[in-house]
This record gives sequence, structure tokens and C-alpha cells, in this order.
Amino acid sequence: MSGFIGFFIKSSSTAKSWSLFSSIITLIISLTGIVLYNDNAHLQFNAEWIPALNSRFAVRLDGMGQILCLLTAVSFPIIFIATWREEYKNAKNFYALMLLSQTGLMGVFLSMDALLFYFFWELALVPVYFLASQWGGERRIQATFKFFIYTFVGSLFMLVGIIFLYFHTKDHSFSIESFYALRTTISSQDQSWLFWLFFVAFAIKMPIFPFHTWQPDTYEQSSTAVTMVLSGIMVKMGLFGLIRWLAPVLPIGTWAWGDTASALCIIGMIYASLLAIRQNDLKRMVAYSSIAHIGLMCLAVFATTQISMQGVMIQMFNHGINIIGLWIVVDLIERQFHTRKLNELGGLALKAPSLAILLVVIALANVALPLTNAFIGEFMMFSGIYGSVATKYNVVFTVTAGISIILSAVYMLNMIQKVFYGNSNALTANAKDIRANEKIILAVIVVLILVVGIYPQPVFELTKGIVDTILAKMNYKQ
Amino acid sequence: MNAIIIAAVWGVIMMFSGILFKDNSRVRVLSIIGIVLLLVSNCLDLGGTHFFNINTHNMLYFDSFGLLFNTIAFASTLIYFLLSGKDIEKVGSNVGEYFALIFFVLCGVSIVSSFNTLLMLFIGIEMLSIPLYILTGSDKRNLKSNEASLKYFLMGAFSTGLMLLGIAFLYGASEKGTFFVDELAIGKSVVSPLFIVGLILLMVSMAFKVSAAPFHFWTPDVYDGAPTVFTSFMATVVKAAAFIGFIRLFGDSFNDVKPQWQIFVAIITAATLFIGNLTAVFQQSVKRMLAYSSIAQAGFMLFALLTLNTYAKEGIILYTAAYSLATIGIFAILIKMKDYTFDGFNGLAKYHPVLAAVNTIFLLSLAGIPLTAGFFAKYYMLAAVLQTGKFLWLVIFSLICAAVSIYYYFRVIQAMYFKEGTPQIADTTVSFKSMLIILAIIVVLLGIFPQWLIDKLYIIYI
Repeated sequence: MSGFIGFFIKSSSTAKSWSLFSSIITLIISLTGIVLYNDNAHLQFNAEWIPALNSRFAVRLDGMGQILCLLTAVSFPIIFIATWREEYKNAKNFYALMLLSQTGLMGVFLSMDALLFYFFWELALVPVYFLASQWGGERRIQATFKFFIYTFVGSLFMLVGIIFLYFHTKDHSFSIESFYALRTTISSQDQSWLFWLFFVAFAIKMPIFPFHTWQPDTYEQSSTAVTMVLSGIMVKMGLFGLIRWLAPVLPIGTWAWGDTASALCIIGMIYASLLAIRQNDLKRMVAYSSIAHIGLMCLAVFATTQISMQGVMIQMFNHGINIIGLWIVVDLIERQFHTRKLNELGGLALKAPSLAILLVVIALANVALPLTNAFIGEFMMFSGIYGSVATKYNVVFTVTAGISIILSAVYMLNMIQKVFYGNSNALTANAKDIRANEKIILAVIVVLILVVGIYPQPVFELTKGIVDTILAKMNYKQ
Repeated sequence: MNAIIIAAVWGVIMMFSGILFKDNSRVRVLSIIGIVLLLVSNCLDLGGTHFFNINTHNMLYFDSFGLLFNTIAFASTLIYFLLSGKDIEKVGSNVGEYFALIFFVLCGVSIVSSFNTLLMLFIGIEMLSIPLYILTGSDKRNLKSNEASLKYFLMGAFSTGLMLLGIAFLYGASEKGTFFVDELAIGKSVVSPLFIVGLILLMVSMAFKVSAAPFHFWTPDVYDGAPTVFTSFMATVVKAAAFIGFIRLFGDSFNDVKPQWQIFVAIITAATLFIGNLTAVFQQSVKRMLAYSSIAQAGFMLFALLTLNTYAKEGIILYTAAYSLATIGIFAILIKMKDYTFDGFNGLAKYHPVLAAVNTIFLLSLAGIPLTAGFFAKYYMLAAVLQTGKFLWLVIFSLICAAVSIYYYFRVIQAMYFKEGTPQIADTTVSFKSMLIILAIIVVLLGIFPQWLIDKLYIIYI
């Protein structure tokens, strides 16, 4: 199965090319898997793992998994190409760890067995810890440590939840079908605290206010390639867990606490957007904007309508692409000028027109302008939230979410203006335009943005089936 | 039965070898032969081949649980000899006696894992402890070692006194005056106060042996004062054996009166987890940190005592294996370091990448990260408690403590990989490193396929 080849090369100094090569292979395999075999039966693999615990090594590539595997498979080659020129000390360890983390991430999205899911969830964490700690800014050790402990505590809570659910399954197994069958058998009180056990773990990952404090520091201190992995793909783990493992298994809990969770999302969105406006450091600004976007997606999940869920699916892919694009730009700027402070930059558009054009498109995608992919996702999510019957606050939520979109326009355009327009100072007077490989990568991203923005139908086809299934399971009355 | 006789006999052989062989390395080789013999004979015992057929009048009962644990203990000791055998030679001049004492301890381990009567438990525990008193003080010129030995001996003797008193009370409280564990309280739900007192005394003395709070105060000083090479043995094999004895005792005899004592064990577990993890955070010396971490790990193992169900039995086997292997590995590396503080590990990754990598795997296993044996060990413990449906507060508390434990385990990883420095380390041979790599691979394999070990519990040939 695609994604389960754990690459562990520590010997060659051509690790860079090898890692690029292998990530492209993964991409090709994923694409083939998605395009050629639309039938679920071809894309699963089920083997014995731990019979005593009745946990199987079961993986399947269904609609939601396809989208996220595609995202992972597409992102890693992009990340590698975009940071091609970056020189890391101990480069081979760096690339080996990146590929290991890709394995963990793929495993999370593919696994159909709860213990296996937890296994890969933690497995994705460990390489990222080493990646972020060894290459990055000065305060990276403390920041990453905080990140690791925070996430690990959340995962432990999730483990307790998983074990508890395991004991309640009829056939004492970890498989996803047994867990889905639980949704009618667990009492409402149990569902409430179980919901929080799982939600804390996912909320820390996404992150949702108030569990987000690890994120800006970690994003800022890690090297940009690692940040791309973190914000592009790892946060989707949290959303994925929410949709695949939490909502269908504990529908009563989700409905009961949906309002509280949505309120947290909203607070996070507004708070993060406001903070993003005040940031002077590019990386922190993008980090806070990421919190805001994920908050919107989480809100849409709790809205539980067909449209909003479809919107979340497509937005997961879009946000991944967009945010990686943004990080690439940040990385380029930092590498050339060795500063990320907005007030020290300016006037780059004159010297680096291609960078400016590509950045503007990506930034506008982040704001969800029509014609960009994010617009599709956000529009669907908004309609879903507005038309949601799950909560009586749907109008309030929609309006506040709309405000956060406006705020995102503020900080994005602010950034564009400060960095690219305005007067150039001593630092940027000698700016060079970006090189070929960077141009190509950014162009690829821009193309993806525009294509999916104009013709999103294929993505919807992929995810329609799974959205219907999940919604059916969530609606416990049926 | 094989193991008990062979261990005792080989201990005597080792004593004499100290006189006969002038060359210490031959003594070491002899000990390795002995432990291999022990391991093989124990496995044969598991498979049904008994060398000795002695009628113990049902005082000793060999089931797969005990014999499997013996196998783990002997295998751990074999790895321990292979890794740290040369360091045992360096402790002092009586090398033959050190090995002999270790074999006597192993004899005690075999008795403790297969006792069927309280008297045998007493003999086994004493056989475990007395050689350790000597081993702790074996570095005669070091004041700390002498102090540790005296402390251990006094506290140990005191706890043995408590144990004997408890046994006497249980004898008195039983209907027809018996020491046999399975006749003490099976089928009874109401027991006399005398019985409860005897039970509590026995619990206290066993808790002392496994260094559960609040009876743990001897552990840091003793582990710290003893020569590091013997701390390695004490903290792993002996603690594990004491646990097995503890669980065997309570599982066989006190299972039916659970409500009477479960709450005590729950409180002890919470205190152990709390004190062990919290104090480990503040340590400056890795050796002392490992001593407190062993207390914290004991806290997790106490979950098996609390619940005594299938998960507990399988889990304790896995936990002792995972914990022993990982700790022996870490100590093997620690012995080679000249500086025991955290800063002494700075920069290890750059100069000795292999050592740093295996050390990381061992630390991750102790912390309970998936892909290592320690994860499944902790998982089994959690599952055991969750299956009972009670003591959820303890589960949540233990998770918080596990998160705290990450802090001090990762301090070592951080020092190794992310800080600059030149670690002072004794020379390590290729065989040492390859043994460590094999050990790390075993830890990871157990983390992916814990089945392999647990299945052995259910193979019944005897």
C-alpha cells in the first residue's frame, strides 16, 4: 500500500535526491490509487497484528483518506523541491526523519483500526519532535518540548478513550466498524466525557483555543520545511480524527457539546486573527492565520450539514496547499534577507516581480477570494454553518466567522503592502528575484489554487460518499 | 525446579572459581556459561523436561507464569552479564563472589516466582535480598557504598520482621493453621480482623521490597550508593521478581477479599506515581534520576496488583520484560560515562552516534512511546484498570504522571542530541555496541509484536 514504505537511509549524502525521488513515487502511487480504483475493495489491506488485543493492521483508502493522502503525497515533493537549496547540517538525518514523518502521517489517514490509528498518531509525532528540535531557531528546544508534551498528554487522553470504547465493543476489537457500531450503545453521560477526552487530543493538534499556545512558538522556531509539514498536514490529523473517529462514534456527545466546541472555535478564530494583524514577524503571522482557518473548519464540522462537511473536505486539501505556498514565500524571503520582520522589509515588488505576483495570488487564496480554491471551501462551509440545524446559534457563528474572514483580509493585505509595496530600504534594495525551482513550485501551487477554484467537481466526487456515510452515522435518530 | 537447583549449585561453583582462577575474565566466562545453562534449563522446564523431580509437598508450584518470568529474568541477566560483565570485574577484587551472589539472587528469584506457601515466599525474598546487601556495599573504599549497604540492610531486616509477623498473623487467622497461599482465603468474603492485619503487614513489607511509596525512602540512596553496575541488576531483575512475588501472593490468596485491600493499593499506587515522577524531575544526576524513575515505573506496575485480571497478568510479564531490558541498556551506557550528571551526556550524539541512538530507544521505551515495548506495557496496565471500570481517577492521574516522566527522560535525549559538549566516556568495544544494538532491536520488536512474549503464557506443557 502506498505510504507504508518506511525509508530509513542514513548512509548516502545524496539523501536529498533520494528523498525527493521517493516522495514522488509515493505521489504517483497515491494518484494511481485514487484515479484508477474508485472501488474501495481494491484499496484495502487487512492483516493480523496483535490477536490478543484483537487489533488488526487494517488500512483502507476511502474518500476522506484519499483527499488527505493526496495532500500528503503532493505536499512532500513540493516541500522538498522548494527547500532544495537549503543546507542542513546532518542533511541525511533530516531527510530520513521527514520521510519517516510522512509514513506516520499516511498511516494516520489510512488506518481503519483504532489502536493502529493511535500508533501512527504517536509515530508521526516523534520524527517531527526531532526535526523541530535539531534544526531551527534559538529557542527551538523549549518550544518543541512544549509542543511534544502538550500533544503527548492529549494523545494519552485519547488512548484512555480508545481503551474504554474497546471494552464496550461487542466483539472486543479495535476495528473501525466495531467502533462505529458503538454509537447507539454508549450512554449519553459516557459519551459526554468521552467526547472531551478525544476532543482535547484533537483540539491540541489542530490547535483550537485554548490549547493553541504551543503553536506560534513551535512554528516560529522550526525550520520552514518542518513548519510546512506541521501546518500543512499535521493539523489535518486533528480534523481528520474529529471527522473519522470522534463524530461518528460519539454522535450524542458531539451534538451535546457542539455548541461549546464551536464557541471555542469562534473565539480562537477572532483572537488569532486579531493577533495576526498585530504581528511583526511573518512566521508568527502565518501561524496565527492558520489557527483562524482551522477554527473555521472545525466550526463547519460541528455544523454537520452535507454542504459544510463537503466544504471541510475540500478545504483541508486547499488549506494545506495554500499554507505551504505561504510558507515557501516566507522561507524565500527569510533566506534572502535573513529577516522576517515586516517593518524591515518593503518594496520587493520592483526587484522580484515573479515572487510578488505568485505571493499575491497565494495570499488572496488565503483570504478566500473568488476564483481561488479556498473560496469554494469557505463558501460551502459558510452556507453549511448558516443552514445548520445542529445549533441554534448558527447565525451568530456565521456572522463572527465572516468577521474573521474580513480580519484575514486585513492582515494579508497588510503583509503584502508592507513587504512588497512601499519604499524599499537598504536591506531590500539588492533583492534578487526567485530562482527557477522556486518559481516552478510556486507556479504549481498557484495553478492548483486556480484550477480547483474554477473546477472543484472532481474533488467533490471523491469525498461525497464518505461524507454521506459519516453524516448518516452522526444522525443517531436514523 | 531446574533453575533453583542449578542457580544454587552454580553460585557455589562461582565462589570456588574465584579461588581457582587467577584470571578474572575466566570467572566472567564461567558465569556467562552458567547463566546460559540456567536459561536453557528453565526453557526446558517450560517445555516439560524436568531434570530434578523433588517432592516439595506442594510448597513450590511451577506454572507458566512463574517460569516465563524466570525466563525473562535469566535472559535479562544474560544480557546484563554480556554488557556489563567487565564492569563487574572492576568493582573490587572478589570477582568470583560477586557473580556467586548474583546466582544466589537468581535462585531466590526462581523461588519467589513459584512459591505456593508463605514460608517459601519468605525464603525466596530473603534469598533475593541478602546477597544484595553485600553487593551494595561491595565498593569497600567508597563511603557512600558502605552507607547504602547499611541502610539497605537495616531497612530490609525491618521489613522482613514485618513480613514474618504478617505471616504469623495469617497463619493464626486461617481456620486450620496453614501457610499454603491457596488455602488462606479462597472463597471467603468476610475475614477476621487478624487476617486483615496480617494482610496489611505483608503488603507493607512487599511494598518495601518493590519500593512503592511511602516505603521507598531507601531506594534513591541505595541505588545511588551502590556501584552502578549492581544498581543495574537491582533496579531491574530484583524489582521485577519482587513484583511477581507480590502479584502471585495477592492473586492466589487474597483475590477474593479484594474490596478489603484494593483501596490501600490504589493509594499506594497514586503516591508512588506522584513521588517517583515529581522527584525525578528535580534530579541533577542521571543515576539518581533513574532510581526515582524506577519508583515511578513501579507505580505503573502496581496497576497489575490493583486489578489482578488477565490483562494484569499478561501486562506484568510484558512490563517486566520491557522495563528490565530498557533499564539494563541505559545503565550499561551510564556505567561507561565518567560524569553522571545530565550535562555529562551533552553532545553524545556527535561523538558516539550508536550509543546515543540506542539510549534514545531505551528512554523512549521507558517513557511509553509507541513502537517500543514500553508503550504496550503501559497500554496493558491501563487496559487492566479500565476493564474493571473502577479507579478511573487513578488512570487519569497516571497519564498526567506519564506526561511528567517525559520531561526527565527527554532531558537526557536533549542533552545527547541538542546540546554541545564533549562527553567523557570510557572505551567501548564493538561487541558492546553490537550487543546494545541487538537489545534495542528486541525492545522495538517487542513494541511491534508483543504477541510473541504474551503467547508464551498460554503454552502449557507442564
